[in-house]
Amino acid sequence: MTFDFGVIVDALPFLIQGLGLSFLLTILAASGGIVLAVVLALMRLSGYRSLSLISAAYVNFFRSMPLILVIFWFFFLVPLIIGRPVGGFYSALIAFTLFEAAYYSEIIRAGIQSVSRGQIAAGYATGLTYAQTMRFIVLPQAFRNMTPVLLTQGIVLFQDTSLVYVVALRDFMTATTIVARNEGRLIEMYVFAAAVYFVICFAGSLYVRRLQRKHGR
Amino acid sequence: MIELRNVDKWFDDFHVLKNCSTNIAQGEVVVVCGPSGSGKSTLIKCVNGLEPFQKGEITVDGVSVGGKSTKLPKLRSRIGMVFQNFELYPHMTVTDNICLAQEKVLGRGRQESEEKAMTLLTRVGLSDQAAKHPGQLSGGQQQRVAIARALALDPIAMLFDEPTSALDPEMINEVLEVMVELAEEGMTMMVVTHEMGFARKVANRVVFMDYGEIVEDAETEEFFGSPRSDRAQQFLSKILHHI
Repeated sequence: MTFDFGVIVDALPFLIQGLGLSFLLTILAASGGIVLAVVLALMRLSGYRSLSLISAAYVNFFRSMPLILVIFWFFFLVPLIIGRPVGGFYSALIAFTLFEAAYYSEIIRAGIQSVSRGQIAAGYATGLTYAQTMRFIVLPQAFRNMTPVLLTQGIVLFQDTSLVYVVALRDFMTATTIVARNEGRLIEMYVFAAAVYFVICFAGSLYVRRLQRKHGR
Repeated sequence: MIELRNVDKWFDDFHVLKNCSTNIAQGEVVVVCGPSGSGKSTLIKCVNGLEPFQKGEITVDGVSVGGKSTKLPKLRSRIGMVFQNFELYPHMTVTDNICLAQEKVLGRGRQESEEKAMTLLTRVGLSDQAAKHPGQLSGGQQQRVAIARALALDPIAMLFDEPTSALDPEMINEVLEVMVELAEEGMTMMVVTHEMGFARKVANRVVFMDYGEIVEDAETEEFFGSPRSDRAQQFLSKILHHI
């Protein structure tokens, strides 16, 4: 058996397109997920029982569902409700955003709780409102404390984007599979895919570790 | 200026403040002392509504702190507070610490806020530290910045919650000196502290608390000269006669 890595070079533009989609989904879903997650975390910590319960229900619900199922819903069920197709990209993006928000919100909740109550008292004592205290005092410190964990979750999200093959999107993994089948070079292509995922995710983890060391000082 | 009438507070079943009443007139300096756990920190935090209370009334400059229609943020912006652990914002520079509420609460412009910050930093002897972050300062320096932060809003009264308790002994005086100066300028002050030297020097009255009650509320000389209650006598003999 001979290896022919030349097939990769020929397919490179196609593969890079796939990689671009993977990155795009990761960045959009992570950004949207974090925004939604801040709202969920603040609801959970608000002290209002009803808001707290809604947030807890949301988080527990999505954390009990396989991601692939959530993607299916938005692809097959939501069009039934709204009467028109959502399309593969948007259904995947919405599914990832809603799903990741559940995980991010738990990270952000812990981050907010890591800021001492004295800081909140200090903000209030100078006349800042709840919203201002959160915005200028608590959240900046919370995000600084939790950046490493958020990034780690982002790396997991990047890996999870490979699930979009179920709605016929051509992310990096799907592009690899297509080339592998068409050219009959399964081994080369899957070794290559593994190498790419490894390099990206490992570089990400190294960066996270460096951030953590910087924080530890 | 600050009036407390029959204030009661419970933490669940625990009765932390029992029927507390006292008045602080404009320009008056009142020191609140007592054993730890006596409720003095809780009492001072009730004055600007950081702690809720269940019975009685507190008014500051005629505004009821517990009142339903009271805008607490507005009232708080008129009362400065200094905390035991400084509570400077660690992610901001010293200047930004002092400017934040000026800009966001009082609506002052950036330049005006910075000028005010610089004036106050000069006053507390820290004008050369303006660009640093709190973590780069000593405890005494941080507490002086915290005082400047509170003064930046031109408060009508200042609350101090054990401002020197978290400091190393050699840094206590630099903070007390700023407070003495403030008192001499006529600032209305309520100070929870164990610094009896400070109390003797600048306090008009001393309030002694024990088990959530105001046991004694007397002129400073009277309090130190002839405390009426046994508990205050015991407390004084303990903290005035260290080995």
